[in-house]
Amino acid sequence: MRFLTDRKRAVGLGAAKSGVEHFWAMKVSSVALLFLVPLFVITFGRTLGADYEAVQAYYARPFPAIVAALTLVVGFKHFNDGVQVLIEDYVHGIAQKIALIAMTCISYAAAATGVFAIAKLAL
Amino acid sequence: MADVNRGNRPLSPHLTVYRPQLTSMTSILTRITGNALLVAALLIVWWFLAAATSPEAFARADAVITSWFGDLVMLLSVWALWYHTLAGVRHLIWDTGAGLDLPTAYKLGYAVIGGSFLLTLLTVIIV
Repeated sequence: MRFLTDRKRAVGLGAAKSGVEHFWAMKVSSVALLFLVPLFVITFGRTLGADYEAVQAYYARPFPAIVAALTLVVGFKHFNDGVQVLIEDYVHGIAQKIALIAMTCISYAAAATGVFAIAKLAL
Repeated sequence: MADVNRGNRPLSPHLTVYRPQLTSMTSILTRITGNALLVAALLIVWWFLAAATSPEAFARADAVITSWFGDLVMLLSVWALWYHTLAGVRHLIWDTGAGLDLPTAYKLGYAVIGGSFLLTLLTVIIV
């Protein structure tokens, strides 16, 4: 035991296995959302409440469409990473695995649905 | 030999024995707002899908989101969005190693709460 360095004893255990990737992914998506969220609130907020034709015309423009698609993709990735930590903290065992898979599927499904809809509106 | 007594050892006091503090409350609110935003996000995806489908589908989704209950959900979500955004900025500041002392953490906490209401008000006025 005394011939092992502290580092050698820690490698592969607990948080030493992984975690930085998750932390970094959260940082990248959060900084991206810092720019996307205000743009989305302004563009989407203006259209919400408008009639069908006005919405079609507005989201046929590239800028609002790209902002909305990016916000949904990055937002749902950020949500998926965030809800993963929530589930890992409060749900354990098989329920934890089911919850993690379900939330990941919901995140990707919602992002894909949103991007499909926005693409269809824009084209 | 670290865990010989696993499961039967004195535990450190948990959440229930602590008095609520600004630091702990602002922290848990970050998690609650972030995860609760799923509701608004799914509503918005539905709205986009309906707009891309047909005028009838759009009318249905739009009626739900712009009803008084939909407005309430959206208003709360706007506040949650700004709160979560500002709390996220606080985390980005903390990640640089700055602002981790108690007085600064309290100041940032009040800034996050005040800022979230201010930005919500601005959003309602402008948008």
